[in-house]
Amino acid sequence: MSTPVASTDRQALWKQEMDKARLRDANFTTISGTPLAPVYGPADGEQDPDENLGLPGQYPYTRGVHPSMYRGRLWTMRQFAGFGAAHETNQRFQFLLKAGQTGLSVAFDFPTLMGYDSDDEISAGEVGQVGVSISSLRDMEALFEGIPMDQVSTSMTINGPAPIMLAFYIACAEKKGIDPKALRGTIQNDILKEYQAQHAWLVPPEPALRMITDVMAYCTEHVPQWNTISISGYHIREAGSTAAQELAFTLANGMEYIRRGVAVGLDVDDFAPRLSFFFDSHLDFFEEIAKFRAARRIWARKMREEFGAKDPRSWMLRFHTQTAGVSLTAQQPENNIVRTAFEALAAVLGGTQSLHTNSMDETLSLPTEKAVKIALRTQQILAEETEVAHVADPLGGSYFVEAQTNRLEAEAEKYFQEIEARGGVVPSIMNGFFQLEIHKSAVKYQRAIEKGEKRVVGVNCYVEDDGGPTIDIHRIRSETEVEAREAMARLRSERDPQAVERELTAIRTACHAGGNLLERFIAAAHAECTLGEIAQVLREEFGQFQEPKIL
Amino acid sequence: MNQRKIRVLIGKPGLDGHDRGAKTVASVLRDNGMEVIYTGLHKTPAMIAETALQEDVDVVGLSILSGAHMELFPRVREELHNRGLDHVLLVGGGIIPADDMAALESNGFTKLFGPGTHTEDIARFIQGEMEKRWAKEAADA
Repeated sequence: MSTPVASTDRQALWKQEMDKARLRDANFTTISGTPLAPVYGPADGEQDPDENLGLPGQYPYTRGVHPSMYRGRLWTMRQFAGFGAAHETNQRFQFLLKAGQTGLSVAFDFPTLMGYDSDDEISAGEVGQVGVSISSLRDMEALFEGIPMDQVSTSMTINGPAPIMLAFYIACAEKKGIDPKALRGTIQNDILKEYQAQHAWLVPPEPALRMITDVMAYCTEHVPQWNTISISGYHIREAGSTAAQELAFTLANGMEYIRRGVAVGLDVDDFAPRLSFFFDSHLDFFEEIAKFRAARRIWARKMREEFGAKDPRSWMLRFHTQTAGVSLTAQQPENNIVRTAFEALAAVLGGTQSLHTNSMDETLSLPTEKAVKIALRTQQILAEETEVAHVADPLGGSYFVEAQTNRLEAEAEKYFQEIEARGGVVPSIMNGFFQLEIHKSAVKYQRAIEKGEKRVVGVNCYVEDDGGPTIDIHRIRSETEVEAREAMARLRSERDPQAVERELTAIRTACHAGGNLLERFIAAAHAECTLGEIAQVLREEFGQFQEPKIL
Repeated sequence: MNQRKIRVLIGKPGLDGHDRGAKTVASVLRDNGMEVIYTGLHKTPAMIAETALQEDVDVVGLSILSGAHMELFPRVREELHNRGLDHVLLVGGGIIPADDMAALESNGFTKLFGPGTHTEDIARFIQGEMEKRWAKEAADA
């Protein structure tokens, strides 16, 4: 039997041996550049567990938003999809539903995201390329042909013209005889991060925020199961931010939406439960898990303590996760399956409510059916074979993970103070603060890879001369754009021009006279006004956003 | 060694909002002593060519991640041609399949760079190409 050794002696002994140890030539930091200790102990993660962790389903929700977590229900497997014309994406949706996917997620092309019709001159070359082209109610009807809109939940990733697209969706359901109260889903509708990172905007921040509060007000009453904003860190991270910046900027945006809703007279508990979040899951396994946990804790505390929300559903941060597109490589693309699997595991251990796993070929083009299916199967293997979904927050209490969670919370808090000192979120957008912070982090990371401080298999280590095996890629049919123009010409000749004019005029008036714009957009959708026509009225009445110069 | 600074225009044609790569490359080229002008987002081919003319640049570098490269890259080349700017070194990058890269490289684009490119390689390529061109100009003069 060995003699017990005092803890302080053990630490001294460990330190002595650690100092002597020969270390690998590696950069021992997180992917965001934060230095890591070789080991963590009880003192590192120390905080009152009752106050800071609680149990799953309990304030401050560090350990998850549901008491039973994935024992009750697995996360929703939701692959983001869209390309070509509406009927082509409809086929991909049918394929995914048949393969066992449990929710739909629509990717739109750039003309749609920027509020231009498929037959607009500015759209040439981009129609149906990175997503599906939707210019009218007719397109939306083709997209959901044969899909029970009252049974599937649908996520739509669109922001600048989000209220118009939501109007098409609601009008489409109404035409099918479905009560909008039965609709479940999410519209991204997060304009703040567009100015900061993703850059598909329609009008300047103030009128854009007014449309968002119109959506919150309308849906609270008429589409109560709809998530009205998905406050997104994903694009901030993909644009180059660190994990802490993603966390801080996203939650700062979230708090700004809360302030705006309260400012127009909504009760925080009426709309806050319908806000959800969307994060990136990058390759730094533990930092990502800590980020998700920190996000829940910060949001719960802010909502209860700062905004006075009383409904626990307002305190709960529910989120979707997508694995990191930027972590994928064009070199040896099949390795991306492995990267995505690790990232998906982090999202699940972090307690995500839904998940998109990227396909291996996305650094080359939109994914093929085969690649999408492997990505979906990755989630299914995770759910069915690894047994990780049985225990909530399995890393809770880990010295390391708790320390990282605390660190990220503290870093986010510093950013909140800095943003406030700079006058708030909108002024910090207008003077390029977020944009510059993200850009600096992107360049730093790129340099770290190029100096070999951060390693990427196939890019700066284990390189194969020819880039490794090639894979099939998905190509958009070249006829898509021509067919879209023809369909638009038919629409324009078949609809009632007076009804179109009447609805567009009503929107123009409501821009200044007040009234709920989403309500006006739904009426305009039924009159077959196009996306581009409605957006053009908004551009004329509200003006256009001028990107601040940071370079 | 030449004394002249290389003037580069980094352009984002079309509606694509992905600017991480374009801005990173712009910063790296600037760190390499070049004078870099970045167009900002959502520019038409004509706007990019007009800026290239006004700014008297030696190089135009285009970035597209929206799949519209086969439409918009050739249109920028055409607009440059319409302004008598055929001498400008034209390069590009983004999410571009290998076949398309080859097609563009035989159609006025000197070089296309894909994901995973070392940014210093881009800087070295531009420097090398410009030195060749200036040496030829000097010899012809």
